[in-house]
Amino acid sequence: MLGPVRIEDVSRRYGRRWALIHVDVEIRPGEAWMLLGHNGSGKSTLIGCLSTALRVHEGRITMGGRELWEHRQDLRGRIAVLGHKPHLYDDLSAAENLSVWAGLGGLEADIPGLLRRVGLDPERRDPVRMFSAGMRRRAALARMLLKQPELVLLDEPFTALDPAGRELLVGVVRSLRDAGATIVMATHLPQAARAVCEHALILEQGRPIYTGSVDGLPQDLAFE
Amino acid sequence: MVYGRWTISGGMITIAIGLLGLLYLLVVGALGLRPSRPVLPVAWEQPMGLVGLVLFVIGNALGLFYAPAERFMGETGRILYVHVPAAWLTMVCFLVAATAALGFLFSGKRHWDSVVESACEVGVVEGVLLLILGSIFARPTWGVWWSWDPRLTSSAVMMLSFVGVLLLRGIVRDPDRRATWSAVATILAGVNVPVTYMSVKWWRSLHQIQSETMKGSAIDGSMRWILYFNTFAFLFVSVWFLARRYRLAEARAEAEMPEPLPPAVPRPGVTA
Amino acid sequence: MRTLRQTAQMLRKELLTEWRQRSRVSGIFWFALATVLMVAFSTPESTILPRIAGGTLWLGLLLASTRSLDQSYAVEHEHGAMEGLLLWPVEPVAVFYGKALANTAVLVGVALALLPLLVGIYDAPIHGSLPMLFLTVLLGCGALAAPGTLYGLITSQARGSSVLLPLLLFPLVVPALLAVSNATTKIFEGDPMNQAPSWIALVAAFDAVHWSLSAVLYGRIQED
Repeated sequence: MLGPVRIEDVSRRYGRRWALIHVDVEIRPGEAWMLLGHNGSGKSTLIGCLSTALRVHEGRITMGGRELWEHRQDLRGRIAVLGHKPHLYDDLSAAENLSVWAGLGGLEADIPGLLRRVGLDPERRDPVRMFSAGMRRRAALARMLLKQPELVLLDEPFTALDPAGRELLVGVVRSLRDAGATIVMATHLPQAARAVCEHALILEQGRPIYTGSVDGLPQDLAFE
Repeated sequence: MVYGRWTISGGMITIAIGLLGLLYLLVVGALGLRPSRPVLPVAWEQPMGLVGLVLFVIGNALGLFYAPAERFMGETGRILYVHVPAAWLTMVCFLVAATAALGFLFSGKRHWDSVVESACEVGVVEGVLLLILGSIFARPTWGVWWSWDPRLTSSAVMMLSFVGVLLLRGIVRDPDRRATWSAVATILAGVNVPVTYMSVKWWRSLHQIQSETMKGSAIDGSMRWILYFNTFAFLFVSVWFLARRYRLAEARAEAEMPEPLPPAVPRPGVTA
Repeated sequence: MRTLRQTAQMLRKELLTEWRQRSRVSGIFWFALATVLMVAFSTPESTILPRIAGGTLWLGLLLASTRSLDQSYAVEHEHGAMEGLLLWPVEPVAVFYGKALANTAVLVGVALALLPLLVGIYDAPIHGSLPMLFLTVLLGCGALAAPGTLYGLITSQARGSSVLLPLLLFPLVVPALLAVSNATTKIFEGDPMNQAPSWIALVAAFDAVHWSLSAVLYGRIQED
């Protein structure tokens, strides 16, 4: 197992401006955290740092005691990201996309089963280009599930999903959690995220302003 | 060698001295070593540049008026007194740029990137000078402004590669990306210089051997000190340029430096 | 072994996407053909056409390669697949070799389609050995593809990439271009002095340098 994720006094900048300032959190294995805040509060940046897409400029992140950036080649296989972009090839069908990504990572996966799980028809031959935004999100979710991740990072996962899609997503994330994965979900919809997460980190202008249980949050908290 | 045996030894000595000087520049500049108290009221490269300019004027006067006309090319041969140093110093600049690029990729220190920027730019400027001088030289010697002589052609290609690096630097905004990308491009451009030279040499020499007309065109042995004189003038001026440009690059990098990280403030409403 | 498997998978993915967008790949061929025709139109006397046929072939391929590289990366950036590759457990070296091999394959395809037409339009009978011509084409396309794949990654992420790619790539491939043009011309005209092999050796050396150097540097660019 991966062990705890420690975000130790992490700061990150873009160019001259600091986007994350002194974030300090420990996420224990199997916990599910929601990451709340307005647009531009640093949620995506923190997700980026955790996913090893971005380097942290101050402080450090460790996973199971290992420095994340240093061991990124190793750890990338165990971290799954569902980001703003679906990371799919437009000209390939959903099944082909999954087979390509599975092949690249050397991952064994039941591709038709995965597609059915996210509500896509494995027999469909049309390229992802023809998909609606919601279907693309579903395909991206299936891509993420190829990995059997130990740390799952979700950046605004509810975007473009209909109520059925949201339900599906919550179900999938719950089952990942039950399998022992650690979840970090950036969102500005705390109500939807409550279904999965029991911890919350609120960021404001890059600074953490609340760290702790969701029970301590007001029920009508909103970042619209 | 086109210019004869003495150019090889002369070139080696000059390049060695040049590299020593530049090494000093790199050590002082890149490592940020500063004397505790400034020895001079101005930056060290300023008097060096002044000396260089004076030498430059004297050297040109020597080449134009004191030195006798060249045996085979007559008065035209005098251009060699500036053409050859320009060629050497262009090479030195690009060599420094490639070395600094390697230094950046291995160490990740921003200072190396400033050296890359400064050396590429000075190298391109001297390269342009070199090509213009070459053209002027080619016209009376070969009767054309441009010849597909391997030296000329590979110099032009080398120049273009480094112009590409400069444009890349101009286009990329993010300082970290700019540094990595231009270091990669500089290394590739540097590696390519000898390959280009060889290929161009083979390319035309199979048909016409124009560079042969220059064979034996050595400046008389007793006059070679004028060439060295001019080389030192070029060297001093180049180091002056490099140092000034390096400081400018550093100042710009300073301006791009991140704002200081705001201090951690006690967080209100934190629960365990 | 792992790298090899990943390279094969990357190559498979590249060829699959290129097959799916084959109309765009054929566009590259037409572009090269147009270049070759334009050179013929701009030549005052048709008697010299046979002599410049070899160089024209490579000029056409060089210009076509910039189009093909642009497209190769447009696919990657469309839905963040390039970032997906970075965060997937794939080695950068494998990504590079997969892409470079695919780009070579596309160029070889274009070259092979172009050759018979060139022989017709430029009235350039092939006197030399055909296998040697194929070897030249293969090595030459590789020499364009390797640095092109590296620079393509840089320029596809920068503004004004359409200008930048040729500017960086063209000076770099001058040695390769000279060598393959000469070899091709010699093979077209017949090679009594047996000069073509030394030119081919020069391209091979160029390939060796750039297929190794670019692969090493690729990871640095991708990571940034």
